[in-house]
Amino acid sequence: MVVSQPLLSVNGLTVEYWARRGKVRAVEDVSFSIDKSETLGVVGESGCGKSTLGLSLMRLVPYPGRVVKGKILLKGRDVLGFSASEMRNLRGKDISYVFQDPMTSLNPVKKIGAHFVELIRAHEPRVSEKDAVVRTRKLLKDVGIQSERIGDYPHQLSGGMRQRVMIALAIALNPSLVIADEPTTALDVIVQAKILDLLNALRDSYGMALVLITHDLSIVLERSDKIIVMYAGHMVEYARSEDIYRNPQHPYTQGLLKAIPNVELDEQTLNAIAGSPPDLLNLPKGCRFWPRCYCAKERCREEEPRLICTEQDHYVRCGKYKEGE
Amino acid sequence: MLTLIRGSGCEVVEVDKSKVRKGMLSSLIPGLSSLSQRGLAGWLVVLGFIMVTSIVVVTAISPWVVPYNPSQINVGRPLLSPNSQFLFGTNNMGQDVFSRVLSGGGIMLEVSILSVMICLLIGVPIGLLSSYVGGIFDRFLCLIMDSIYAFPGLVLAIAIAAMLGRGVTNMAISIAVVYVPSYFRVIRSQVLSIKEMPYVEAAKAAGAKGRTVLSRYIFPNVVPSIVVVATVNFADAILTAAGLTFIGLGVPVDIPDWGWDLTNGSRLLSSGAWWVIAYPGLMIILLALGFTLMGEGLSEMANPRLRE
Repeated sequence: MVVSQPLLSVNGLTVEYWARRGKVRAVEDVSFSIDKSETLGVVGESGCGKSTLGLSLMRLVPYPGRVVKGKILLKGRDVLGFSASEMRNLRGKDISYVFQDPMTSLNPVKKIGAHFVELIRAHEPRVSEKDAVVRTRKLLKDVGIQSERIGDYPHQLSGGMRQRVMIALAIALNPSLVIADEPTTALDVIVQAKILDLLNALRDSYGMALVLITHDLSIVLERSDKIIVMYAGHMVEYARSEDIYRNPQHPYTQGLLKAIPNVELDEQTLNAIAGSPPDLLNLPKGCRFWPRCYCAKERCREEEPRLICTEQDHYVRCGKYKEGE
Repeated sequence: MLTLIRGSGCEVVEVDKSKVRKGMLSSLIPGLSSLSQRGLAGWLVVLGFIMVTSIVVVTAISPWVVPYNPSQINVGRPLLSPNSQFLFGTNNMGQDVFSRVLSGGGIMLEVSILSVMICLLIGVPIGLLSSYVGGIFDRFLCLIMDSIYAFPGLVLAIAIAAMLGRGVTNMAISIAVVYVPSYFRVIRSQVLSIKEMPYVEAAKAAGAKGRTVLSRYIFPNVVPSIVVVATVNFADAILTAAGLTFIGLGVPVDIPDWGWDLTNGSRLLSSGAWWVIAYPGLMIILLALGFTLMGEGLSEMANPRLRE
């Protein structure tokens, strides 16, 4: 079988923050790949390294963080080996980022249109201002904003509209990959659904791949092709969405699935996972999840499980399973 | 860029009838109507602005409106109290105090404008850079700025002015040295918070160069604070300039100057000639007060929540 080259493949990515109290491995040994027009969901609790993972793909991990190991290949090119100016070209043009908080992600002193024109002309200097404005109007229409709003300042738009503008900015240069970091966390549920549908629709019409980072497993279950479940910097499970839904293997994933309220069942209580994630500076010995795991064995406290492939395209990091089981 | 978007017909210009009816005053001072909507802060700015502008205008047109040559001695008998011929009286050399009051602001305004310009040219860029670059560079500049800041302003200005000698430029430089640290500190602290804003991160994520981030994303957002510091700095510069002239580090005596009139008047006060010192002193106070009112009002309004 000839394996075609994936759009983005990440191998053994490890990101450390060199904090004063010691090195924190916010992302450890994460490997995955995304194909064209695919959606990858990244799920996990706060502080499990989701955002760091997203930022490291663009080499934007804030100081004192750094990528210490691993490979990031975008269309076969090693992103980690890029020079500063190559990196600037890549950002926005090949990969773009939608941030969590739309309220402050736009420059308050610039009009909406100015953001677009500047972005377009920074990457394509030969485009005239007039053409850039024409393109901006089309982009705004694509994300469902009247093109008259081009002359508005950010504060004149609502949160949902601002996030639409951010998305329009992200797709402005037709990137091959858009990373959306909790794009709907700051918005209410109805706007959330609309924004996510919009992202999916744009993914199809623009033919880009999407990395959807969220803490809400239910969001990505229905919208992504593959899902990464992260816990304390580790990728604990990585599989196709259907497999995650039908056959969650890691106890943490099982816990997350049980915690999704089901309208069809008449349940009075939600099943929560007891406890809280560990301090990354002070990790438990053995499996990182054992203090909260319902099926922790003596062995789990001693040795750290490796990521193993249990069935095709289904990877899990848990001591219960054996390779190829 | 902005004009382009405006030109493309997407900006709706709303005409508020009440604004139209306000008429003359609003149309004379652009933005007055929006200032007056800010309540007290807006009116402070307007009041300060009117005070400052009228003094500037009077000083500018003074050569044509003064009743007597302000530098000429013995236009009347010495030390005449205010009367119908000499509105503010005469000083000990028989010069007309009224003429001197009208034309004496020139030096002070020149010095303060020049010093504020020097401050802006030096303080703003190093404040931006220091805070954006950070690290050792930032620590070093902070150390220098803090050590300048530790000195009492007037004392340091006197020392520098004494070293440089007399003249408008030298006075301006010595005042600028004293006030650069306040620009530096305000801008540095502002940039520290702005550079962590998501829109700055978003700009970087979109591939913006460091220069672009600094000039288009950070700088425009510190402008309100710069304006406030500059206005307050104006008031301080005027008082410091008056102080420098008062102790004889100002300009030659033949140029009319309020600061020199203060020196001169202070000696005559004991003989009962209050008018020689009172009127120029009042002008200095009014000018400094005007700038302070503007600064206070603007800093009240600099809160971005109120911006529209």
